[in-house]
This record gives sequence, structure tokens and C-alpha cells, in this order.
Amino acid sequence: MKRREFIAAAASLALAPRLAGAEDNAIAPIDPKDPDVQSVTKGAPIRAGRVKLELPPLADNGNSVAMKLSVESPMTAQDHVRAVHLFSERNPVRHMAAFHLGPKSGRAEIASRIRLAGSQKIIALAEMSDGSFWAGSASVVVTLSACLDES
Amino acid sequence: MAARIQVPPQAKRGEPMPVRIIIQHPMETGYRHDEVGHPIKRNVIRELSCRYDGVEVFRADLSSGIAANPYIQFYTVPEASGVLELSWIDDEGVRGSERAPVVVA
Amino acid sequence: MRLRAAAALALALCTGASAQERALPLDRLKSGSDFLGADLRALQSDDIANPAMLWVERGAKMWSERAGSAGRSCADCHQDAAKTMRGVAAWYPKYDAARGRLLNLEGRINACRVEHQGAQPFKHESEELLSISAYVASQSRGLPIHVGIDGPARPHFEAGRAAYYRRRGQMNLACAQCHEENWGKRLFAETLSQGQPNGYPAYRMEWQTLGSEERRLRACLSGVRAEMLPYGAPEYLDLELFLAWRAQGLKIESPAVRR
Repeated sequence: MKRREFIAAAASLALAPRLAGAEDNAIAPIDPKDPDVQSVTKGAPIRAGRVKLELPPLADNGNSVAMKLSVESPMTAQDHVRAVHLFSERNPVRHMAAFHLGPKSGRAEIASRIRLAGSQKIIALAEMSDGSFWAGSASVVVTLSACLDES
Repeated sequence: MAARIQVPPQAKRGEPMPVRIIIQHPMETGYRHDEVGHPIKRNVIRELSCRYDGVEVFRADLSSGIAANPYIQFYTVPEASGVLELSWIDDEGVRGSERAPVVVA
Repeated sequence: MRLRAAAALALALCTGASAQERALPLDRLKSGSDFLGADLRALQSDDIANPAMLWVERGAKMWSERAGSAGRSCADCHQDAAKTMRGVAAWYPKYDAARGRLLNLEGRINACRVEHQGAQPFKHESEELLSISAYVASQSRGLPIHVGIDGPARPHFEAGRAAYYRRRGQMNLACAQCHEENWGKRLFAETLSQGQPNGYPAYRMEWQTLGSEERRLRACLSGVRAEMLPYGAPEYLDLELFLAWRAQGLKIESPAVRR
């Protein structure tokens, strides 16, 4: 790596936490420099809070795990959730889903069932109508089947 | 392709109502192999959308990270009685749709 | 002494199935759902979120579809399944005297298809067979299993029971060793169930689809690294009869959700 690039990288690394944690004490559970995340945020800071992600602490089978997410938002035309993105730590496809909402949604609350390739942390990233990003996370322990099934 | 939509039997005007959908689809990840070791081709529902009387009220971009026979619950605010239409498309370009009437008091 | 022995013999003959020695007492029976986590148990009782209901819905549509050379639908003979099929799944497998063989629910459905509809039988584990059997079995939800093992069914029951206690496969395990001697204990991270059949056909998470009891038995065979007998092998039917007898009194949960 060239010296100039190294200094630029070090500088942005030093700045990033300050931008992300400017108004909140909590640290966002996601790396804003992660390229998968940046494709969504385009470099905008991510704040922790407002997003609640619920997963069972222990999943019987990673093929289908109940997921529920909710975002605090009045869901008016002026102030609403535009989209919620799900990111996985361990799945081969890290950007799991994007749910697009709007003022007609009334409530920013989604339930679904997700596939998990092993125990990990899942992050829900909400994009607001004012362009801000908020994140919440939950961890799951995923148990594997005891027996091989070739039926 | 079978799909089911559940909405409340009667919705309140201007209030968010839960919409529950489930679509019969293997959401094949592309990471599995058959009994002789050949990879099974990926085929997932990549996009689904819900329209209420023609206006989009919900849209989801999905991946192999969503479980087979995908189930989603979301909310929408109906202003008048109408028809909710769910439509989707998978990796092979196969489209599906399902409709449900919504009665608003 | 002779009188007491005669009385005991008479009592044994009268009580039929219950006179068979039960390794798992009737008051200790536990359904597979007792071994599920809260998430999957809740999923099973949610008729919209439970993916198995997609097959039930398809089965309901098929019920009214005309098929075969006779151009008949199930509904043409059986009308409203909710009334006419209620309780039916609870007494299968059953020795069918008219046809001279043991039949499970899937076999009975196919017999109807061939004889009364003049249609080809559905293939094992086909989407059609799964849908119709899920639909018919679901009509018996909440009803206790009750099968007959006397008369011509007896040799099948004995064969099924012998199979249950026979060691097999590379792991040299019999069904009983996991599901009778060690149910409730852990195998890796899983808790061993009693291996009860009251939820089949079931949406099994491992399969990510609905499957029959026969498929589940094949899965067990592969689990102990034994050769999986082909679909339709008589051994499966005999074992299903034994398992149903063993499960007597357990309420049907089909189509259930299982790991």
C-alpha cells in the first residue's frame, strides 16, 4: 500500500467513530466501512438505536428462524422509514434482504423467517426519509442436526 | 405457485393493518448438492411487491438468506375497501401473483 | 391356580393390543412437538405461517378436481372432507381386507385413485400425493391415534416390532436405542424425541419441505448409516403399523412442523 493511501485510510478510520457516535453513546453494531454496507449507505454514518431486531436466542434449525424487526418512526410523509436492510455476519450472501416501506405502511414492523449458516449476529439497518441510518442487532445460536439425512 | 394472503376480516380506515403472506417456493440457495454431488442451481424469489388498488405499499428484495416457502408479515394503512395484490418473480424469471379483498369499515 | 391362569389368559385375549408388552407406557407418550423449541412449536399452530398448510391448501383444491378415466373427483364420492375424512388418518395403517394387504394413508389414497378414478397412482413423495395426504390427515387433527393389530394385521405388527428393535447400519443402532432407551437425552445439540409418527406428513426443517413418514424412516436409516430401503418397501409399512400402535392415544398433529 502506498504511503499516501495508508495515511488517508488511517485518517478516515480515526474520523469514522467520531462521526458515527456524534450524538449517541451507543456504538452502532455494524462497520460503516464494510463494502456490503456502504453499497446501501454510500458512506453515510450509522447510529445505534430506534431499530429493534428480535431472533430466538437458540434456533432449532438454521434453515428457518423467526425474525421480527421494528423501527421507531411516526411513519408520516415527512418522517418515515424508507427501507430496512438485513445483514448477516456469516452467511455466504451477507445482504440478506431489503424491505421497502413508506408512509402507507403505517408501522415499520416486519416479521419473516430467515436462513442462517451457523451461529452469528444479524444486523438490521434502517434508512430514514431524512437520509439517516440507524441499526440494531441480535445474536442467534444455531444448532445443527445430529444425524445426516440423505433421504 | 401457491401463495396465501391473510388480512383482518375487517380493517379500520386509516389504521395500520397486518398483512401476512406465504409463498410456496424452495428458495434454492445454490449451495446444495444432489445425491450424486452435482450442485443444485440457485433459484430464489428475488423480488416481491404488494399493491393496494394498483399503488405499491410494500416491496421486498430477497436472497437465499430468506427461508424456503417465504413468509412475511408487514403493515399497510387502507383508506377504503379494495384489493391487495401480491406479485413476485424468481431467478428463473417465473412470475406469480395472488390477490385478497380487503374490507374497510 | 388353574382358574387364576385361565382368568389371566382370558383377560389377555380380551384386551387385545393393550395386552402386548409396551416398552413405553401409555402415560409417558410425548409428541414430537414437545421436543421442539418455542419458535417451531408456535409455527406449527399458526395456520398461515406454517408452510405445511400450503400443501393442505393444494390438497383441498385437488379434492374437487376430476381425474382419471372415470372423471371423478374425491369430492364426488366423499363430499365434504371435513366431515367424511374426520378420524380416517387416526386408524391408518390398516389391514384392508378387501384388497388383502396392509395400507397406510398414502396407499389408501392411491388405491382409490386407481380403482375409483381410473387414474395412475401418485408417485412416492410427489407433490400431489403429499398435498392430498396432508389435506386428509389434517382433517383428523386433535384426534387420538387408534390402530388395529389383530387378525391379518398381526404378522405385519410383529414384523414391524422386530424391525424396531433390530440393530442396523454402520452405527449398529436400533430405533429403540435412541427413541426408547435415550429419549429426552442429548445427541450433539439435539434432544432425542420418542420418534412418534403423529405429525406426519410433516414440514421438516431439515428437508425445507413437506415429507411423509416413510421419508422420515428413510432419513433415520441414513442417520445410522444403514442402506435406505427403496420407497414402497413393505418393511416401512410394517414399521409404520408398529409405530402407530406404539403411539396409541397421541393426538394427530398433521401436518406438523419438525426439525
